[in-house]
Amino acid sequence: MPLVNGRFVADMKSPRTPDNEEPAAERACDFRPVDKGFTEEMALAEAERCLNCKKPFCVEGCPVNINIPRFIEQIREKDFGGALDTIREDSMLPAICGRVCPQENQCEGKCIRGKKSEPVAIGQLERFLGDRPELASTPKMAPKNGKKVAVVGSGPSGITCAGELARNGFDVTVFEAFFTGGGVLVYGIPEFRLPKAVVKREIDGLEDMGVKFEYNSVVGNMATAEELFEQGFDAIYVATGAGLPKFLNVPGENLPNVFFANEYLTRVNLMKANKFPEYDTPTKHGKNVVVFGGGNVAMDAVRTAKRLGAEHAIIAYRRTEDEMPCRRAELHHAKAEGVEVLPLVSPLEFVAGEDGSVCAVKVQKMELGEPDESGRRRPVPIEGAIEEIPCDVAISAIGTNANPFAKKIGGKMELNKWGYIVADEETGQTTDPRIWAGGDIVTGAATVILAMGAGKKAAASITKSLLGE
Amino acid sequence: MYKILEKTQFSEKVFKFRIEAPAIAKHAHAGQFLMVRANETGERVPFTLAGWNGDEGWVEFIFMVIGKTTEMLSTYEAGESLRDVVGPLGVPTEMAEGPCAVIGGGVGLAIAFPVAKHLVETGHEVHAIMGARTKDLLLMEDQFRELLDEDHIHITTDDGSYGEQGVVTAPLERLLQDKAVSQVFCVGPVPMMKFSTLTAQKYDTPITASLNPIMVDGTGMCGCCRVEVGGVTKFACVDGPDFDATLVDWDDLRARQAAYRSEEGESLKAYEEKSCACH
Ligand SMILES: Cc1cc2nc3c(=O)[nH]c(=O)nc-3n(C[C@H](O)[C@H](O)[C@H](O)COP(=O)(O)OP(=O)(O)OC[C@H]3O[C@@H](n4cnc5c(N)ncnc54)[C@H](O)[C@@H]3O)c2cc1C
Ligand SMILES: Cc1cc2nc3c(=O)[nH]c(=O)nc-3n(C[C@H](O)[C@H](O)[C@H](O)COP(=O)(O)OP(=O)(O)OC[C@H]3O[C@@H](n4cnc5c(N)ncnc54)[C@H](O)[C@@H]3O)c2cc1C
Ligand code: SF4
Ligand code: SF4
Ligand code: FES
Repeated sequence: MPLVNGRFVADMKSPRTPDNEEPAAERACDFRPVDKGFTEEMALAEAERCLNCKKPFCVEGCPVNINIPRFIEQIREKDFGGALDTIREDSMLPAICGRVCPQENQCEGKCIRGKKSEPVAIGQLERFLGDRPELASTPKMAPKNGKKVAVVGSGPSGITCAGELARNGFDVTVFEAFFTGGGVLVYGIPEFRLPKAVVKREIDGLEDMGVKFEYNSVVGNMATAEELFEQGFDAIYVATGAGLPKFLNVPGENLPNVFFANEYLTRVNLMKANKFPEYDTPTKHGKNVVVFGGGNVAMDAVRTAKRLGAEHAIIAYRRTEDEMPCRRAELHHAKAEGVEVLPLVSPLEFVAGEDGSVCAVKVQKMELGEPDESGRRRPVPIEGAIEEIPCDVAISAIGTNANPFAKKIGGKMELNKWGYIVADEETGQTTDPRIWAGGDIVTGAATVILAMGAGKKAAASITKSLLGE
Repeated sequence: MYKILEKTQFSEKVFKFRIEAPAIAKHAHAGQFLMVRANETGERVPFTLAGWNGDEGWVEFIFMVIGKTTEMLSTYEAGESLRDVVGPLGVPTEMAEGPCAVIGGGVGLAIAFPVAKHLVETGHEVHAIMGARTKDLLLMEDQFRELLDEDHIHITTDDGSYGEQGVVTAPLERLLQDKAVSQVFCVGPVPMMKFSTLTAQKYDTPITASLNPIMVDGTGMCGCCRVEVGGVTKFACVDGPDFDATLVDWDDLRARQAAYRSEEGESLKAYEEKSCACH
């Protein structure tokens, strides 16, 4: 370890430790995790690169302000358990966030080392620790306080809130519409990016802490907020996530084999359609698959199509690669796996073939014009430039609207005009003082770390409100 | 796990399960449905709530064997359990004033029966129009006969092997001509619903159809169940399954229902081969 006068000095020369990736051609054929994560050696080498900044910009970039220099220092000292405890002060889900956070816009995007060379691989280091949960010290549990809280939805926001509350001594029950827990982490994000075992470990951990899970429970239809209060719950945290897919609003959108990404991904991730007929749920194995969108959802869909055997798996986006909102790593991985990127196109119409299913999609070619409100250059159609792309599966991944159950849950919770729940930004409390809400159902489709952060804040506010501390 | 309390066989291919599900039973309404996953490897399939008892904590559904999942379900016995049952889902059927005609064809009869029953229980005069291709495929006759008297049951078979020869629109047209009904409810194969709708429209009588597109989650997340109604895309699982039949794009529904024909065949074949091997 490079020490100068007893003080640590970062290794300024070594390049960023590359990801421990599986060969692209092999991994594109199955659902194995894309990379194996850092080995101890790699983690130690990478930790040497951190400058341990006095004013760490990386921390500002992290939405939950994890003490990044501190946990990296602990890695360097081989105090992995201590490093994990440091992260756990701010984030409950390091194994997950380390894998799925858009680090390039957050912690790593702000890292000082990124100015001259490449930022420290903060995400990989976090994942390295998150994958060794046995090293963390057992969290202290407050004595039972006799109060009951219901959590609606078991996505990252719900499970974080549940975990915090259980630790604070509450009796917590999570109600989940599906038959298993994790929300988007299990039905949306594919196995090759986030192994389901990682999510299950988090859920099991909560069960060990005494959190109860009621699966197959659609709150709103099976019980309303009022009924939950009648059953003795003292507070409710609503984290139902985003719902209803957004339409492209072009002709032919309802043709067979035109999917919304949610359906396409759920069939495979949750229902294991890739193992049909061993599992009963089928899906379509397209040879030519076109996915519309440029975010993480679109990337997950197109890479899933590749793994289901597509010869051409195409991502079609209105703008160019540079403007794609997906994580950079996903775009890089997708291209390495043979995904084709078709920039500057917008769908006009899905065309039916002889059998009535989609056989092609007509697209309008675009060019970049003046910047819009978001500062990105607006795509404008090039008159007359229309192309037809053959496809036997088409997938739209252009976002979601509000979950329709938000309004059915009831209470005196106010929704905004788009159907999202209105909640205090700091506390998560809704206009009904007994109900808190957070995650995608408040912010609209966002990120795992923000959903988690909202769950944590709400747990603190619920604790304060119910225990009067 | 959801225990099967009772299994009743109505005919060779039609069964009723009574399932222990207290929370669902307390909130059930006619026209709503359940999503069932029989076991760990099973598909999620929707079934209409056919009966429930909030005090005793059970719900019932009636199903007809038509493919892998329903064939497998038919092998489950009372005392065994289904892995997952979710509900109640969908919007309850709006019950109209005045006398009604309830039309069911094929499996649709299993779905129509609970609606007819509920209408009778809420004091409506109900005419049941029951259609089938041939006598052996006519479901639920005993149940409908128990519910309604002879004058209110109208049976048609395509081949004339039972009841009146022809399709359901003939008795429907007579009822409408006689002004015997002021509201029509139909569920069954797309052509049957489509022609019933045209008939009802001729007499300016409102008609509701219960649509059954393929579903995955049943909670408005995936978009698989989308149907076109009045030129607008709706999700049958959260906006329906009942819709104003005069606004439904039937061709669109039919195409989407058939999207997995070949996979469904493959699944059933694999299941039947496996079942044979272990006997
Ligand atoms: C395919 C895909 C890829 C993504 N990739 C990334 C990524 O790489 N990085 C990133 O940061 N973010 C990513 N996101 C976004 C991220 O997953 C979400 O922002 C996050 O999961 C939101 O968490 P949540 O807890 O609010 O809701 P969700 O994860 O949506 O969970 C909500 C849960 O509530 C349940 N529920 C809904 N209604 C009810 C009800 N009435 N009663 C009971 N339960 C109910 C749902 O079944 C679900 O399990 C991705 C999203 C998708 C869809
Ligand atoms: C709201 C609703 C209520 C229903 N109520 C009843 C009922 O009370 N009794 C009854 O017998 N049937 C009912 N059905 C139909 C029932 O869901 C199908 O018969 C069942 O899914 C067939 O599965 P299978 O594997 O046996 O047949 P398969 O061979 O897989 O399919 C046969 C046909 O059933 C339909 N189907 C297949 N999978 C699904 C699915 N996941 N969701 C919906 N439809 C599917 C398709 O049109 C397909 O062509 C209902 C459907 C809906 C949408
Ligand atoms: S939680 Fe996300 S943003 Fe924060 S340090 Fe970890 S990877 Fe970076
Ligand atoms: S900004 Fe980069 S170098 Fe500085 S403390 Fe954070 S990770 Fe280390
Ligand atoms: S079944 Fe998924 S949205 Fe209706």
